[in-house]
Amino acid sequence: MSGATPATEATEPQGKQEERGASSVLREILESSSLVVFAAILASLVLGGILIVVSSDDVATAAGYFFARPGDTFVAIGHSLGSAYAAMFNGAIYNTAADSFANGIKPLTQTLTMATPLIFAGLGLGLGFRAGLFNIGAQGQIVIGATLGAYVGFAWHLPVGLHLLVAVVGTMIGGALWGLIPGVLKATTGAHEVIVTIMLNYISVNLLAFLLSKDAFQQPGSDNPLAPPVDGSARYPSLLGSSYSLHWGFVLALLAAVGVWWLMERSTLGFTFRAVGSNPRAAKTAGMSVPLTYILVLTIAGALAGLAGSSQVLGTQPSLTTNVAASFGFDAITVALLGRSRPLGIVIAAILFGGLNASGPSLQVQAQLPIDVVLVVQSLIVLFIAAPPLVRFLFRLPEPRRVKEVTA
Amino acid sequence: MTAVATAPVSAASVLKPNYRNAIIYGVIALISLVAFGLTPHASASTRFAFARPTDFVQIPTVTVPSMATALTMSILALGLAGYAAWAASGLRKVGAWLPIVFGVLVVIAMLTWAGAGKENTSMQVTGLLTGALVASIPLVFGALSGTVCERSGVVNIAIEGQLLGGAFLAAVVAGGIADASGSRTLGAYMGLIAAPLAGALIGAVLALFAVRYWVDQIVVGVVLNVLVVGITNFLFGTLMRDNPQLNQAIGLSALPIPLLGDIPVLGPVLFRQNALVYLMYIVVIVLHIMLFKSRWGLRVRAVGEHPKAADTVGIKVNRTRVRNTILGGAIAGLGGAFFTVAAGLAFGKEMSAGKGFIALAAMILGRWSPKGALAAAVLFGFADSLREQFGIIGSSIPSEFLTMFPYIATIFAVAGLVGHARPPAAEGTPYKK
Repeated sequence: MSGATPATEATEPQGKQEERGASSVLREILESSSLVVFAAILASLVLGGILIVVSSDDVATAAGYFFARPGDTFVAIGHSLGSAYAAMFNGAIYNTAADSFANGIKPLTQTLTMATPLIFAGLGLGLGFRAGLFNIGAQGQIVIGATLGAYVGFAWHLPVGLHLLVAVVGTMIGGALWGLIPGVLKATTGAHEVIVTIMLNYISVNLLAFLLSKDAFQQPGSDNPLAPPVDGSARYPSLLGSSYSLHWGFVLALLAAVGVWWLMERSTLGFTFRAVGSNPRAAKTAGMSVPLTYILVLTIAGALAGLAGSSQVLGTQPSLTTNVAASFGFDAITVALLGRSRPLGIVIAAILFGGLNASGPSLQVQAQLPIDVVLVVQSLIVLFIAAPPLVRFLFRLPEPRRVKEVTA
Repeated sequence: MTAVATAPVSAASVLKPNYRNAIIYGVIALISLVAFGLTPHASASTRFAFARPTDFVQIPTVTVPSMATALTMSILALGLAGYAAWAASGLRKVGAWLPIVFGVLVVIAMLTWAGAGKENTSMQVTGLLTGALVASIPLVFGALSGTVCERSGVVNIAIEGQLLGGAFLAAVVAGGIADASGSRTLGAYMGLIAAPLAGALIGAVLALFAVRYWVDQIVVGVVLNVLVVGITNFLFGTLMRDNPQLNQAIGLSALPIPLLGDIPVLGPVLFRQNALVYLMYIVVIVLHIMLFKSRWGLRVRAVGEHPKAADTVGIKVNRTRVRNTILGGAIAGLGGAFFTVAAGLAFGKEMSAGKGFIALAAMILGRWSPKGALAAAVLFGFADSLREQFGIIGSSIPSEFLTMFPYIATIFAVAGLVGHARPPAAEGTPYKK
């Protein structure tokens, strides 16, 4: 398995690896082939299936008399798996029980709605990964972005059009501020961004809880930690009519993906980001400012994560609560890794995860399974993708030949 | 940039007096003077209760004038800041007693201020300290786990998952054994034994991916946390829902130590606890001695600082790392038992509630040493206990800010603003021959 080391690393002295160890491993993840990604998803679904089967009562009952009638056990296994995956399909893509196409397709629009914040936040995290920064702070950036955007949304009363624009910019500023902190700390003191962003996640939630306990952030006459709903003029218009939850935030997310692609692949700034990500030392020698890059990358990533907050408070869930970020910030890490930090990959991965998340309720109602099986499948996918040698070993895939030099 | 920035600082500290700590002390003391010393009403008083009605030695409740006490404490703290400045000017070293005494003074000022004018309630000092100790248990185990792993060069972000896994397995085993044998005590102790196994298993997975497959240790840790949340939530909704006997509220009973438990104030706090707390004392002491005084500790630290050198003298780098990661996992798993069998609670979804990350913070603040981890964890536990105490007596400090304290302290620590936190050099880097 040791043959998987990139040739560039094997010849490198140990001392130099210390600085770029994390980014080079990230690069290995980014370069894993599509086949490995596919195999990883398959392996995760199989393992998730095993969990479903093991916990199924019917299977347990049938296995009790396995040697008398082995067929029953397999029927029960098939049934429990079948009902789980059917429920996922009904919840995420098309509801076969619906009376019309318009209703049947609702789950798919729900999937896209759930994918929207993941696209935004995933793009931000992917940007960081490619610059060699492991930013876990999307959760906090979403919270602060959503807080600022929601405040603009319910406290200011601006004309239609302008209001939405200002609110969206508000979410971006909030997220960017929260990304600026680890950026500046990393650039000036070398504080590790992972630790700082984890801590900022917790600080943001407590800050929001504190704000929601103040009158300015509560509905008039109420003492609940629930902000007033955002004005209609500050909400994303719905994309397919009011019976669907899908809103224009999704389109904005796709535009953001195109923007990030342009930034990373076509602009000088993106080239700097990638150069710093692949070798900070070389980038510095070439005259690029590594600290400034760290600050810029984390700030832009924060702004994108803030936009993820906008798709919640200005779209799906127009009242600010402490749960506004749900687990989007953490899911986005998985999405960015799965999408190998490329905008297109992130969009696809986000839709996959949006689908998995959207299937949760129907999994619970239709197949009587806890939503959490989705979490298990999601985390297994990333674990497998992160370890290409393991997946190659499991599926007996050949070792890749690394003739092409790294272009990231 | 970072290398450039740190080098002159260390060089300067040798030649020029460094007033940074003295300035920090001074600012805190001034804030204490203004916020706690000058705001209470001149005639208000604060009541401190030192003993609970059940304690062996009864100490009468002490009533002090709020303003005078808070002012005195703040001025004494200011004096200490001055002493620190004097010591810095002459390049004299100040001992560890200074920050401790300084902290105690400021805390007394704050407690006096918070309890000022509350005639019918009193500050429960014993309750406050017991709460601090209890709240620090998972943090101590978690921080020790992180220390053991990181000293060997493996970053353990999965502490949160290991705590949760330990809590879950402890509950299941305790419930199962209690149900089968009919003895709840036996169940509780078996749960305590099972908890480290869950943590060790998660540690083993971390070691597999991080040491064997060279996957980024932080990625693995983050994902393992999600995975453990997923699995425990799933089993909570299936296994535990279908078999309620596997998730009962079974608790370890307190084992008061004779004589020691009768010491006023400290006795009930330190020596009237359950087995997990005594285990914690033992683990901290043993690990501190082992890590810094034994051959094993020297080897572990060598592996974490300079794996190549360690390998050259014949230490098996990756084997050491795998063993330490599993050992660290087991320690965190044991800490997880705190949430269920030690607290006498049934398992609940995601009940570790971010304590693993605070433990990580305690490890950093404690500068990767068991003694430091203990001190930092107790400090964070105290902040937590203070939040509860303030909630009871009603204070104007919002509880959210007290909750934030450990996180903010950690950011200051990693940014090098409070002391210099330097992790083991080879941390996070896979060792490839």
